[in-house]
Amino acid sequence: MDLSWSPEEQAFRAEVRAWLAANVPAEPLPSGDTREGFARHLEWERRLFDARLAVVSWPEEYGGRGASLWQWLIFEEEYYAAAAPQRVTQNGIFLLAPTLFGFGTPEQQDRFLPRMASGEETWCQGWSEPDAGSDLAGIRSTATRDDAAGGWRLNGQKTWTTRGAFCTHLFGLFRSDPSAERHRGLTYFLVPLDTAGVTVRGFGRLDGDEGFAEVFFEDAFVPDDLVLGDVDQGWSVAMATTGSERGLTLRSPGRFLAAADRLIALARERAADTSDPAIRHRVAQDYIDAEAYRLQTLQTVTRTLAGDAPGAESSLTKVFWSELDVRIHADALALLGHEAELDSAWMKGYEFALSGPIYAGTNEIQRNVIAERVLGLPRK
Amino acid sequence: MEFAFTEDQLAFRDAVRDLLAKECPPAMVRAAWTNADGRSGAAWKALGAMGVLGALVSEADGGLGLTELDVVLLAEEAGYAALPEPFVEHVLVGAPIVAGTDDGAATGAITVTAGDPLAPYASAADHLVFLAPDAQIVRGAASELAPETSVDGSRRLGRLVATSDARPLQRAELSQAFWRGTLGYSAQLVGLGRRMLAMTVEYVAERRQFGAPIGSFQAVKHHLADVRIAIEFAAPLVHRAAYSLAEGDPAAMLHCSMAKAQSADAAELAARAALQCHGAIGYSYEHDLHLWMKRAWALSRTWGDASWHRDRVARAILDSPNEKD
Repeated sequence: MDLSWSPEEQAFRAEVRAWLAANVPAEPLPSGDTREGFARHLEWERRLFDARLAVVSWPEEYGGRGASLWQWLIFEEEYYAAAAPQRVTQNGIFLLAPTLFGFGTPEQQDRFLPRMASGEETWCQGWSEPDAGSDLAGIRSTATRDDAAGGWRLNGQKTWTTRGAFCTHLFGLFRSDPSAERHRGLTYFLVPLDTAGVTVRGFGRLDGDEGFAEVFFEDAFVPDDLVLGDVDQGWSVAMATTGSERGLTLRSPGRFLAAADRLIALARERAADTSDPAIRHRVAQDYIDAEAYRLQTLQTVTRTLAGDAPGAESSLTKVFWSELDVRIHADALALLGHEAELDSAWMKGYEFALSGPIYAGTNEIQRNVIAERVLGLPRK
Repeated sequence: MEFAFTEDQLAFRDAVRDLLAKECPPAMVRAAWTNADGRSGAAWKALGAMGVLGALVSEADGGLGLTELDVVLLAEEAGYAALPEPFVEHVLVGAPIVAGTDDGAATGAITVTAGDPLAPYASAADHLVFLAPDAQIVRGAASELAPETSVDGSRRLGRLVATSDARPLQRAELSQAFWRGTLGYSAQLVGLGRRMLAMTVEYVAERRQFGAPIGSFQAVKHHLADVRIAIEFAAPLVHRAAYSLAEGDPAAMLHCSMAKAQSADAAELAARAALQCHGAIGYSYEHDLHLWMKRAWALSRTWGDASWHRDRVARAILDSPNEKD
């Protein structure tokens, strides 16, 4: 066991910290879940990319630095500690990219990864449908073979698509074999949203921002070279992305360490004035939990580097960070007292935190996964 | 950066796990509730033969000269087996202290009181290490301790009434001993939690109601998933605390408090969920669950309960001149 950082890792941290200190906008950008804010965030993404900090863990040929997982964790810690802008490119770089690296053809990788890293092309996730939320295998949108045109015709509807109204591309699952049931007979497609027959309609999230979209497909044509992985194997291809979303990549510990630090700063100012006698202990517990999450991640990365990739264990992580995030923000609101109802970053953060136990598989589904696949309890 | 134990550390753990599976089965834990001294006998002797009892004693004094990082997983195994012995008191706290004194060659068990006046397995202890501002080692411990009854029938408590034949302890020894004890209890709580979860997973997969295993019901699954999560995010804090103590990190004491708060809560949650998921069978005295549950109740509150340790963390992050100093 060695919980220290090497000189190279410390130098990397210093470089990232210095760059962020010099470049993070002094005034927070408008929400990236609005049209104007999204555009402003893409300008920021371009600056990150030009500094080769957008996708540090990717190979250099795609705009990264070939950084280790450790360096990626360090980058994330510094990024959140600097209160740098939200990553509006995250569904591409954190969710689709691991799948592209794993299943994409060399042509697909060359075509999509560099422009994803620079923010020229932005990706949304087309999984949920009106009747397929937690029950993702209930997908009804179809892909019908069009041999004459050399591709597929997509029909159906996706919904609750984060930032779908602003993105240029969608990655999604469509039923390519109508005779197959559930998770069989699905195919993973990469779809430019300007394809004829695709209609996108944005709608408001809980906080009022237009961060959601419905995406309608009416005989939208997608050529064969936009199929990711094998035809009818979309479920297993998609599950690689699911692991990324639940586990390490989407919610690195840096985010919760930074949130806990902001909570501690707030409590140092206000705990003495609050009427809640238990608030000090709750803040301490939030800090303990953020540390526990960081340490559990270090353990997971150590195992991953030793060749032991996390599987269903990522569900443990997802439940823990999403519920910790809600507690941190709820405790901040308790410290704010009657001022909590005012428009503030904490209330906005609380609203966003409440989405955590719902997206990427609700925590009820995650607990089922933990019980059945980690503990081995019977499904029926 | 590498957050993992070495092959040697894992092999030592596996050896102790196998030893305890053989020498400390549930029937032995149960027997300790009603025998003369509340202790295991055979398991303790076997641990001694393996060198575990002197793991932290220097090689010069006849021990293995290991560190907290080498023994933290052994304490976890002692918890998993509900070993009815002063494992933490002797291995982590008492033995390294007593070994450096004239009584170093003594082979008997050592018990400890840490702040509160209650010492476990008191009737059979040859030495008492009394951790308090006027810390002392007491010989012939039993004569200084008035018997008390623990909720855990194996933990024959003694309340400290006098310290006649005593010698003082150095301040540095006292601090190291206290935090090693906190670490050891934290690790045992993780082990207790793991075992209660394992017992319950096994039971709910077999027990059938409404024509199905009760482990197939979501209400039961979610209880046990929560226990699994609590243990998952307690163990790394305990392992980090062991590392910090071994490395002499100035934050080690804070890390021990974080470990104890989290592991106490995890073990309490495991006990509560295990009982609920076992139902009336788990509420029966004949069932083994209560042996583990009552150990968890005792250990989670001894050596500083979760609230006491959480308060230390709160003071460190909220009241110090600089955050988290």
